[in-house]
Amino acid sequence: MAEYTLSVNGQSHTVEASPDMPLLWVLRDRIKLTGTKFGCGQGLCGACTVHLGGEAVRSCVTPVSDVGTKRITTIEGLDPHSAHPLQKAWIEVDVAQCGYCQTGQIMTAAALLARHPKPTDRDIDQAMGENVCRCGTYLRIREAIHRAAGQRKEVAP
Amino acid sequence: MSTTRRDFLKTTGALTLAFALPVRLKGAAAQPTESAFQPSGMLRIDPDGSVTIWATRTEMGQGVRTSMAMAIAEELEADWSRVKILQASTAPRFGDLGVTGGSQTTLSTTQALRKVGAQAREMLLQAGADTWGVAKSECLARGGHIQHPPTKRSLAYGELAARAGKLTPPPEPPLKAPKDFRILGKDARRLDGPDIVAGKAQFTTDLHLPGMLVASIERCPVFGGKVKSFDASAARKVPGVKQVLEVPSGVAVFGEDTWAAFAGREALKVQWDEGPAAKMDSASIRRQYEERLKTPGKVVRQAGDAAQALPKAAKRIKATYDAPFLAHATMEPMVAVADVKPGRCMIWAPTQAPGMALPAVEQITGLKADQIEIQVMLAGGGFGRRAMADFIADAVACSKAVGAPVKVQWTRPDDFRHDGYRPATLHELEAGLDAQGRPLAWMHRFVGPSIAASNHFPWPPEATELAGAADLAYDIPNLHVEWGQSDTPVPIWFWRAVPASFNPFVTECFLDELAHAAGKDPLAFRLAHLPKAPLKLGQHTFDPARYRAVLELAAAKAGWRTRKLPKGRGRGIAAHAYLDCGTYVAQVAEVEAKAGGGIRVHRVVCAVDCGMTLNPGNVKAQMEGGIAFGLSAALYDEITLKDGRVTADSFSDHPILLLPSMPKVEVHIVPSELPPGGVGEPGLPPLAPAVANAVFAATGMRLRSLPLLPPALRKA
Repeated sequence: MAEYTLSVNGQSHTVEASPDMPLLWVLRDRIKLTGTKFGCGQGLCGACTVHLGGEAVRSCVTPVSDVGTKRITTIEGLDPHSAHPLQKAWIEVDVAQCGYCQTGQIMTAAALLARHPKPTDRDIDQAMGENVCRCGTYLRIREAIHRAAGQRKEVAP
Repeated sequence: MSTTRRDFLKTTGALTLAFALPVRLKGAAAQPTESAFQPSGMLRIDPDGSVTIWATRTEMGQGVRTSMAMAIAEELEADWSRVKILQASTAPRFGDLGVTGGSQTTLSTTQALRKVGAQAREMLLQAGADTWGVAKSECLARGGHIQHPPTKRSLAYGELAARAGKLTPPPEPPLKAPKDFRILGKDARRLDGPDIVAGKAQFTTDLHLPGMLVASIERCPVFGGKVKSFDASAARKVPGVKQVLEVPSGVAVFGEDTWAAFAGREALKVQWDEGPAAKMDSASIRRQYEERLKTPGKVVRQAGDAAQALPKAAKRIKATYDAPFLAHATMEPMVAVADVKPGRCMIWAPTQAPGMALPAVEQITGLKADQIEIQVMLAGGGFGRRAMADFIADAVACSKAVGAPVKVQWTRPDDFRHDGYRPATLHELEAGLDAQGRPLAWMHRFVGPSIAASNHFPWPPEATELAGAADLAYDIPNLHVEWGQSDTPVPIWFWRAVPASFNPFVTECFLDELAHAAGKDPLAFRLAHLPKAPLKLGQHTFDPARYRAVLELAAAKAGWRTRKLPKGRGRGIAAHAYLDCGTYVAQVAEVEAKAGGGIRVHRVVCAVDCGMTLNPGNVKAQMEGGIAFGLSAALYDEITLKDGRVTADSFSDHPILLLPSMPKVEVHIVPSELPPGGVGEPGLPPLAPAVANAVFAATGMRLRSLPLLPPALRKA
């Protein structure tokens, strides 16, 4: 066991954990931020996606000892009012079915938009192509990302 | 098999009825409080005007929380923006939660839900009339208010809640005419949507109870195997591990959190008595099916005399088809929380069938049903899997063993390796055409395990295996369909669309083979050989006009007769009448396929007739979802066995359809005033045959084995 001080959604949290404990379980079980989901524990489905220093990472295969001082952003911290353009677009397009994978989808998409504010379909294929949605909401995910990208342009001066 | 579950199922008699248990609404009224109005166990109107509805079916992505609320709110004349939805538990006030499955919720509950809303509306109208001292007939209910138009007075429902709560619900309130609907029939976004995108939607895995331990269970990798011995010394040394105990399903490692339980389990050493199933593999099951296919099965549909007619055919066609075992692979791995105390057991679980889990809970705890409460939770996908009781029994056994609340969290490998799988089947077909190319005879013999028999349901073994085969839609004078039971040690269970996930692949592809053998266009051939009049099939009636209409609509929208496709592409059509839930669907798939180039589905045009549409937006979403789920199974999904074990334990060796492979989907809804039907499953059955028929059109290769990608077509 070791002590780690993590910066999560702009707040500092000190947790005691074994070095190999994945960030996912630190967030969910220690800090009680449960919006980040456990889908496979193998880094293969994307349900656990968070931002580490602004990059989308699979928290289920990221040991807490690798985090260091990098800023962690979870779905709870994506926007103070849960009104990120992607979150609004997700509601407008009515993307979610069961909803379990959707926070990971949104976090992955948010990292994409940070890099490519106007992503092409190919950009979306590349960025979102390894996030599993068993309900099959893929068409609406694509649509919502395009919509959010347009919305961002409208609100910017 | 416990007596209670048997009793629970006995009343049903057949698969469809198991999913059609009526919502019991009477007797569900809670004691009215001074201020809130609670005319039913599932509806409350608070003084602030907010309307709370408890869903009595399980939400797992199919949209029932929203559509059930819409049905109540419509008759209630509620302000939709003030409607909140919660999930019912097995507490008596909510009545029977039934089984959420078989796409039955809409068909089996809508009328009863409308009545709940209508009763409340009539009571609010009376309360308004009493308040003003006017005739009820002069009052109107609109948008969460009772109005008295002659005097332009209006009171919000919240203001009338206390008064309405003192009235008796009218037994037969009038229901609105569909033309007056303001909520039903219009697109409504999912009520859970805002919580989901904020990360606030609460799934079972998100629960943290005070003093709760998290357990992870090591199970025998071979079906039916038992613990011989185990060494927990290393596991107990893992930080955070509290206990290691043998439980009915294996050896449970209890941790103070999930990671402690998982890490402890890694360090656990278990010796297994693997039992006889260790000798089984996919090849041995195939051989078993091939043997079974040589002997007659049970005749499940017969017309004319196919054996006599076949030799007289001008042309005979034979084919063998097969479909594999499949895993559900819900995104949320199995999970449940239980808190067993003396005299009381509380469970939180994303179950599709709380009533079917109760007997197991009674058996483990020794408690009576009225001492047990199951709070149904939002399910991270279901597809039938969560009607099994195993994951609930795990949590209850673990909580009882340690005397504390316990969450049993399954891992992804647990989920793949200990599922109840969609049955694998093997089919042999022979058909004959007459000199004019008309189908003269159709023989279909298929074998596979019985979900009903394997799970000891008191139904005929074939009851769970026939849809899409015995209810063949086409008018063929000599028809013979036979099913042979061939059980295996592989646990099997309901999967999205159950037998209609494989039978329509076989029958709609083989019919396509007949059309091509007759030199006819596959759409024209289908339309030419539909029955002239509605056909009674078991307890259902097949309506050829509805089937024809969805075929025609899908074909027209896809440009079947008008639009040429580029070289290398093909178009296939298939349809299925999902008679259990009253919904007809046809799909046209446009596919690009070539040797070494894989199969790329570019576009799926879907026509659906689900009767009256409650929430068109959700109908479209469910068709899209059914198509995605069906396409994943059509192209990739397969559970194979080696040494009695499921070989897959991750999304890398069991790939699921991903975003880049999702085709464009266009959904067209047939307007209808027939009773509303289900939509969770019916989008799936036509997909695989439409794709396989399109591959044939593109390449001339007839694919008869699921999943479809044969080595020749795989990408280099």
